[in-house]
Amino acid sequence: MNITQILFWFLSVLALVSALMVLLSKNPVHSVLWLIVVFFAISGHYILLNAQFLAIVNLIVYAGAIMVLFLFVIMLMNLSADTEPQKNVWMKLAGTIAGGCFLISTCNIVYNAQNVSQEIAGKTALLNQGNIGLIGNLGKVLFKDYVVPFEISSVLFLSAMVGAVVIGKKEKSNV
Amino acid sequence: MTLLSLNIDWILLIEKLALIAIVVFASLGIALYTTFGERKVAAILQDRPGPNRAGPFGLLQPLADGVKMFTKEDIIPSSASKWLFILGPGLAMTASLMTCAVIPWGGTIELFGRTISLQIADINIGILYIFAVVSLGVYGIMIGGWASNNKFSLMAALRGASQAISYELAMGLSLIAVLMLSGSLSLGDIVKQQQAGWWNIVYQPLGFLIFFICALAECNRTPFDLPEAENELNFGYHQEYSSMKLGFYLFAEYINMIMSSAVMASLYFGGYDIPFVNDAELQTHLGNWVALFQVGTLLIKIVFFIFLFMWIRWTIPRFRYDQLMNLGWKSMIPLALVNMLVTGALVLLKMNNWHF
Repeated sequence: MNITQILFWFLSVLALVSALMVLLSKNPVHSVLWLIVVFFAISGHYILLNAQFLAIVNLIVYAGAIMVLFLFVIMLMNLSADTEPQKNVWMKLAGTIAGGCFLISTCNIVYNAQNVSQEIAGKTALLNQGNIGLIGNLGKVLFKDYVVPFEISSVLFLSAMVGAVVIGKKEKSNV
Repeated sequence: MTLLSLNIDWILLIEKLALIAIVVFASLGIALYTTFGERKVAAILQDRPGPNRAGPFGLLQPLADGVKMFTKEDIIPSSASKWLFILGPGLAMTASLMTCAVIPWGGTIELFGRTISLQIADINIGILYIFAVVSLGVYGIMIGGWASNNKFSLMAALRGASQAISYELAMGLSLIAVLMLSGSLSLGDIVKQQQAGWWNIVYQPLGFLIFFICALAECNRTPFDLPEAENELNFGYHQEYSSMKLGFYLFAEYINMIMSSAVMASLYFGGYDIPFVNDAELQTHLGNWVALFQVGTLLIKIVFFIFLFMWIRWTIPRFRYDQLMNLGWKSMIPLALVNMLVTGALVLLKMNNWHF
């Protein structure tokens, strides 16, 4: 066992356990905190795959920004298991089926990937191999090969931001 | 058997662990004396002697404070969420100490035939790492404030978090200008480039000003200490805390100050670069001693920034909350954007040999 394998198994167990805790926690605030642990574990996996930029952006955007907003909302609403209305059985069943379908298709992708490329078959990590995940290469790919989609998506984000501001302003003038 | 077959570079591991231990304990030690410095600076600015009873010149005052903090009764309110209440100060402390991993504290030293870099991890995304850690610092405040189960604590925590998020944006935008100049996200590279040429402050005076103001806001220092506004919120997000848990929150603020000073020194003031001296030439004459001088230089720069933080704290009154938000969103971010655009245009012009 070398150090990448130890890290791989540690991070995998951490990710799975905390993902389970997200679902099992009674308190929504605890769920959010476990979800942050999941993001950390996944970032660790990205680093093992030598995708440093992805790892750190995952932390900044998801763990650092989006989860803070989640926490904001949950803390201010002060949710708890008692006040939360129970979903009916059919909803739960539909959710289970949809989640199960997603799980099956993900397993299928992973299984097929081993057949497609011998490189990744039976490997836990690609540390120090392949450098597409490093920031310089990623930037070159984004700004040379995929400039147009990149710029279009940035315009999309901008319009979403403007939209949010407009919606916020309207509500204020009514009150 | 499995333990013996572990394939690990033990020497590297030990070297890094030793570095981490030294940097962490040094930061804690400096933070201890920063609290003392704060009280002395406040005293000088207010024309009074300040703490002078414990030891010569009051130098043992931080130790006395520490003993006091540790021996006070540690209360966990019965209505608080116990584990999160304990987790909050720990998180705040961890997040503020984590920054030290990517700061280049000095050049390299030769020991036992190994070249040891005085930077714990020279990752090529150093600045982004700092950003990730800064954004995690918010959790310490938010979790602590919420777990206290107290209205005022929660309000203060939300204030702190929204303030940190708002000023992170302007901070990031002002950083982009530096990154465009250096072409690297690694703090080690940025410092090396400044050693070779001018310090970045020459190219980025406005960027530095924006960064400095945002650093004040990120550290919750006056004039941005809204989360601790005692006249509005009793005591702030750590109202329910006592003993060393409170000490951790207060201490984390000082460590944040040290770390943000170190980042500012590295980004804009040449980091460990000794001014007016060619470091590489000096290294051939003096060997390992240069690294020591470099660490000393960085420390002097850090102390200067910390003094600036304190000077501002005891001079300027606190902003009102809407003023704070207006400054952040309507002044800092547009200014940072303009700074970024101008820098980008100039960098492009230079690449084109100053022809349009």
